[in-house]
Amino acid sequence: MKTEEQLIIPTEIPGLILAVSTLSNDGYRLVAISTTKLGELFQVDYSFDRNFSFRTLRLLIPLGTALPSITGIFWAAFPYENEMHDLFGITVTGIAIDFNGTFIKTAIQFPFSVNTDKPEDDACQNK
Amino acid sequence: MPKQITIPFGPQHPVLPEPIHLDLVLEDETVVEAIPSIGYIHRGLEKLVEKREFPEYVHIAERICGICSFIHGSTYVQAVETVMGIEVPERALYLRTIWSEYSRMHSHLLWLGLFADSLGFENLFMQSWRLREHILDDLEATTGGRVIQGACKIGGVRRDIDSKKLDEMVDGLEGLETEIRELNKVFFHDSSILHRTKGLGIIPEKDAYDLGAVGPTGRGSGIAQDARMLGYAAYDRIHFTPVVETGGDCYARCVVRAKELHTSIDIIKQAVDKIPDGPIEVKVTGTPNGECWARAEQPRGEVIHYIKGNGTRHLLRHRVRTPTFANLPFLVKALKGCELADVPVIVLSIDPCIGCAER
Repeated sequence: MKTEEQLIIPTEIPGLILAVSTLSNDGYRLVAISTTKLGELFQVDYSFDRNFSFRTLRLLIPLGTALPSITGIFWAAFPYENEMHDLFGITVTGIAIDFNGTFIKTAIQFPFSVNTDKPEDDACQNK
Repeated sequence: MPKQITIPFGPQHPVLPEPIHLDLVLEDETVVEAIPSIGYIHRGLEKLVEKREFPEYVHIAERICGICSFIHGSTYVQAVETVMGIEVPERALYLRTIWSEYSRMHSHLLWLGLFADSLGFENLFMQSWRLREHILDDLEATTGGRVIQGACKIGGVRRDIDSKKLDEMVDGLEGLETEIRELNKVFFHDSSILHRTKGLGIIPEKDAYDLGAVGPTGRGSGIAQDARMLGYAAYDRIHFTPVVETGGDCYARCVVRAKELHTSIDIIKQAVDKIPDGPIEVKVTGTPNGECWARAEQPRGEVIHYIKGNGTRHLLRHRVRTPTFANLPFLVKALKGCELADVPVIVLSIDPCIGCAER
């Protein structure tokens, strides 16, 4: 079984748009935007691919940080950015199609930002 | 300027097996804008990874979707195995390949039936689903499950298929291939199919690529991209060429799926021919510490399972990017400029799986 090389490039918010533009100009397609909660920080990964060359721009941001939308470069980023907001509570400014928090409807607001270290905060039924 | 009206399409609609809502902005009968809205069946399955130990989470991953269940399971275990550096036995990799292709055929035949149904071609719907039964019977006979197979585990697979059964499967597929050829004649040449699908929902190759289209949706627009070419499971030892059409319309997307049935049969035959003897699993010790994006080709296109572990038995994160989610922007663009009556056909042409998209 073959495994692929996956490059992770640490990025800062001011350089995000330029880095995404460069990848777009180099012919990369947007594969996914993924968010992971790491304690009090959020890890936001912008993944791209070109001919099975997979690379990821990684941001580490504290709660309350607003991110610029990349839909001006990759219009198809709008579902990911709306998802990031609805599940994690991360504000993304300038999304091409902004659902204003109604894209994914959940009983608990921003469920993936809940700290599951505290059982009383956990809405999961399988405690 | 014609007056604009907004018509809600879904979440309940006869052509939609699962709920998705579209706000269709119309000028007369022409769609000028389509705004999708999901969230009706969000189950929080990714969140559940915090509550389940990583080996048992395979069962959750398989339940993300009732159609491409097997490939969700196999891609999740592929991610864990990569992080943990597990060498999966060759025979298990071949078995995963065989079951993946059975899943693809099952899904494509299901879609061909639903597509025919959306065109009002009921007989073709029934014929497609009749052939699908053969695939489901083999899946049940070899894994024990028609819908959720439960055959994958970290380090290998749970069940083996003996050589007699493998030969029977190939014999059965040869008979099925003849019937698929007859079925495809209708999808390729019938005047009512051509009338309802040709030139409809056209997205050219460049636009489809920029929109991040994957799977038959992208290949119908000429993008020769198929995650199986990454060589996961046993695909690095199988020869195949992705099916690509250049029309970029609903017809091209239909033809890609119909032709891929033959590719799947060919892959299964090669896999049965090459499958080695040996164990089907290895003992797994330790816990995942690291991260990985595992990619695989589902019937609807490239799926990605991202996992991040911290050396405990509970993963920090499991994130799934499903093909339907990636194809939503493509759908929005494809609907622009179409007639209201064609909306159901175009929506179905991306083979939307909302259960997958929402997780």
